[in-house]
Amino acid sequence: MPENNEKDWPLWEVFYQPKNGKPYEHAGSLHAADAENALQNARDVYARRNEGIGIWVVPSDQITASTPEDMGSFFDPASDKPYRHPQFYSVPRAVKKRS
Amino acid sequence: MSSETLTTKDAFIKYLLRLADDRLILGQRVSEWCGHGPVLEEDLALANMALDLIGHASSLYEYAAEVEDKGHEKDHFAYFRDDYEFTNLQLCELPKGDFAFTIARQFLFSSFSYFQYEKLKEVNDEQFQGMINKHLKEVKYHLRHSRDWVLKLGDGTEESHNRIQEAFDELWIYVGELFYSDEVDEIMISEGNGTDVSTFHAEWKNLIETTFDEATLTVPDWDQFMMTGSRKGIHTEYLGPMLAQLQFLRRSHPEADWQ
Repeated sequence: MPENNEKDWPLWEVFYQPKNGKPYEHAGSLHAADAENALQNARDVYARRNEGIGIWVVPSDQITASTPEDMGSFFDPASDKPYRHPQFYSVPRAVKKRS
Repeated sequence: MSSETLTTKDAFIKYLLRLADDRLILGQRVSEWCGHGPVLEEDLALANMALDLIGHASSLYEYAAEVEDKGHEKDHFAYFRDDYEFTNLQLCELPKGDFAFTIARQFLFSSFSYFQYEKLKEVNDEQFQGMINKHLKEVKYHLRHSRDWVLKLGDGTEESHNRIQEAFDELWIYVGELFYSDEVDEIMISEGNGTDVSTFHAEWKNLIETTFDEATLTVPDWDQFMMTGSRKGIHTEYLGPMLAQLQFLRRSHPEADWQ
């Protein structure tokens, strides 16, 4: 992650919830002086076209992320285990309707 | 001043135009920040706010044209009137100044609009009421955003503190007019379509004073000399040149159409 110049505001990650009950999605990032400022900026930068009903802002430096080197050990073991996916079960019609 | 009596219809048109003119002129001023904001995020926030204000003006002009019923379109009010026919507050036409000045002005205007709209949201006229309720949501945000910046700049660095204090000191002479009221207001109040500004003067003053206190700013003298006359078409030297820029294209091509 690029280091912030001291004169710059800290970086924040913005997440929005498209609909009630849906998970929050990453929208992008922005600079802001503090949390309230970040929330307002997120509204102006990412929620101008009716994108969602809720916003989260998180200081970018508070996110712990996996690295590209983790890819092998994190994700490869899952690639040959199709039985972990639920697609072999038929979904009852009543359940299908709800989703 | 003419002594002829004002009809209810005349008063309604004037009332709508005062509201609309404030918003068009301030919206135009705020839009001057587009591409010049202190940071990208704030540039967008200011452009959004300018668009909101111009949008409010647009719907108010449209309704004024409908009430007037002389075959004018809303553009007539924005583009084909001269400065002395505009009845916006002088506060709204002042040059954008620095960011502190823009924020200070926005806070004074949005806080006033907020209380005014809160009272107007129960007017009798259904269409007017609908408009007010729609705009109020955005007004609330403008107040929240500008108030937050007043706190940040006031209680920020020495330079930001000095800049916003100077901005308020300079703007103070124009705040008296916010609470101007005349026969137009009287008629609108008696029709149940207007609001008596004196009913929320104390509340507004309290919001200003508590915000200043929190922002470590000094409230200028409420009893100092105040400008008057804008609701009768008296303006500062700044409105004319601004209108020239705003109206030039439309007047050069009067038949031009968006559609």
